Amino acid sequence: MNPKVITIHPVTRIEGHAKVSIFLNDDNSVRDARFQVIDFRGFEKFCDGRPFYEMPSITARACGICPVSHLLASAQACDEVVRVNIPYTAELLRRLIHMGQLIQSHALNFFHLSAPDLLLGMDSEPSKRNILGLAAEYPELARKGIRLRKFGQEIIENVAGKRIHSGDWIVPGGVKVPLNREKRDYLKNNLPEALKVTQETLAMWKNYLPKFEEDIENFGNFPSYYMGLVTHSGGLEHYRGTLRVVAPDGSIMADHLNPQKYHEYIGEASEDWSYMKFPYLKKVGYPEGLYRVGALARLNVASHCGTPLADEELKEFKKLGKDGVVTSTFHYHYARLIETLFCLERTKEILEDSEVLSDNIWAKASVSSSEGVGVAEAPRGTLIHHYRVDKNGLITWTNMIIATEHNNLAFNKAVTQVAKKYVKANKLHEGMLNRVEAVVRAFDPCLSCATHAVGNMPLEVQLVNSEGKVVDRIVR
Amino acid sequence: MPSNSKPKLATLWLSGCSGCHMSLLDNDEALLDLAKNIQLVYGPLVDTKAFPENVDITLIEGAVANYEQAAFLKEVRKHSKILIALGDCAVTGNVPALRNTIKDSANAVLQRAFVENSDKQPLIPTDVPKLLRKVYPLHEVVKVDHYIPGCPPPAGNIAYVLTELLAGKIPIMENKSKYG
Ligand code: SF4
Repeated sequence: MNPKVITIHPVTRIEGHAKVSIFLNDDNSVRDARFQVIDFRGFEKFCDGRPFYEMPSITARACGICPVSHLLASAQACDEVVRVNIPYTAELLRRLIHMGQLIQSHALNFFHLSAPDLLLGMDSEPSKRNILGLAAEYPELARKGIRLRKFGQEIIENVAGKRIHSGDWIVPGGVKVPLNREKRDYLKNNLPEALKVTQETLAMWKNYLPKFEEDIENFGNFPSYYMGLVTHSGGLEHYRGTLRVVAPDGSIMADHLNPQKYHEYIGEASEDWSYMKFPYLKKVGYPEGLYRVGALARLNVASHCGTPLADEELKEFKKLGKDGVVTSTFHYHYARLIETLFCLERTKEILEDSEVLSDNIWAKASVSSSEGVGVAEAPRGTLIHHYRVDKNGLITWTNMIIATEHNNLAFNKAVTQVAKKYVKANKLHEGMLNRVEAVVRAFDPCLSCATHAVGNMPLEVQLVNSEGKVVDRIVR
Repeated sequence: MPSNSKPKLATLWLSGCSGCHMSLLDNDEALLDLAKNIQLVYGPLVDTKAFPENVDITLIEGAVANYEQAAFLKEVRKHSKILIALGDCAVTGNVPALRNTIKDSANAVLQRAFVENSDKQPLIPTDVPKLLRKVYPLHEVVKVDHYIPGCPPPAGNIAYVLTELLAGKIPIMENKSKYG
């Protein structure tokens, strides 16, 4: 074993815990870095034997941050099992809570998890580098962020009855409870404030960007494939749609792929050192078939957003990249803000739809297919649930590919790139290591989803020279 | 508690989905008031890497699923005055403990995910913390002082327990909480 390993453990302020190991060469330069996920729960096995209609409620417990995306992917797989087209209003309501989900999750990443790095500074005092530290320094901004996340959660609560794990509301074939007028009006009345906060934050962020030139250049900035759902006209899509893959040169490599057939084009590899698998594009092979998903990927694959304000922003955003493809992982932040704007505009459209209060919301049917696949664009990217059932509707097999997993190869590449740039092995300092973590945060990985990870050991970073002597160390 | 320094709060995330932490955040603006009365010293939301000494209150989400978690939980118990099981996974095992009914469950769940459902290099990872044979609720591993059930517990219940404890009172959960 190479004695020269730097370990960051746990990686904090991401949704779940992970560990980063940095491997050094003989000359103390960085050779490689690994992003390791270190716990595992086993949904794909322990769901065996459960009735299929329990799956939305159970699998949503994969993640408390994007439970609604799981509910939707799961419900779509269940719709397939009963082979129904769900009523128009049911689809409208499912889309509405998903907008709430995306808004809350994007706000959480920006304000609660990333803003402390971005606004207080990567090298700022670690004990203050969190949402409460942010609140002390920028009370107004922190309050706005908290309120924006709250609005997202309130959409979910008002539509589905509960903010987190509202699984009882969704059923194969539709949803159980219609939206009432009072709740619709409440959301309508609160929407303008959320929209205003988002527009202000976006404007602020664009002003800030020049300050981050170096980070943009070095934060997981590399060409890759991108994948995401699109509408039939190639627009931004989060609920149904078909998959599009864009190649590193910006050309569309594959379009309108049927998500039901995901296994024909996505493979999954295992590695000995992580509890998170490594999906890859089968056509390109492993590990070269590295692709990214999530907000940045979605904006890279989408030809347009489909709402006026977000479309304007998208045009500007696309200019940041060559051939309309933005390659820096740092721009996930920007992409999430544009998506938040899109989601709020969509929320408004849905709330104004004359059918949104209808009680035609549930197409009842029984098991008519032994298999179902459901796909949604979770905040962090494409989420796939795939079930097989027996004739009584009991689950016999499950496969889930979680948004965060698709990015696994990209995490490792990004972490290596940042480590090479910032970790100068003959002198360690805390902020340098925090940058390595910050690139992970930029992806907004959700490890609760991906397996759920934890393991809190003191962070001790040691620098060991070729004679095995410790030349520098940091503990935090 | 000494008046010159605010009580220290730590939060911990074992085998859970983060929903309990999200429910804590669902206290929305009230969080800012809470922040005036406590010091958040450890957890997924802050950047401290080592669990501090002398923590006043530790909220723990999730069940105990691997050896590293079990060992760490025992350490945390030593340094925490009050230890609270937050949410059904911590209180009963809940969803992660669904695997307990499967024969040789640790191996079976890994086999499905990493061998059967892999197209390349099917293998069970070994350079990672080893899964325990079964998944345990917290009280089977350490002494637990208070329980906040729910999946997740309602935001208000978490705030209630913290407020009572900060005031030196014992929270009464009767009629407040249910499972699920
Ligand atoms: S109790 Fe529920 S919300 Fe909390 S960690 Fe467990 S599954 Fe998630």
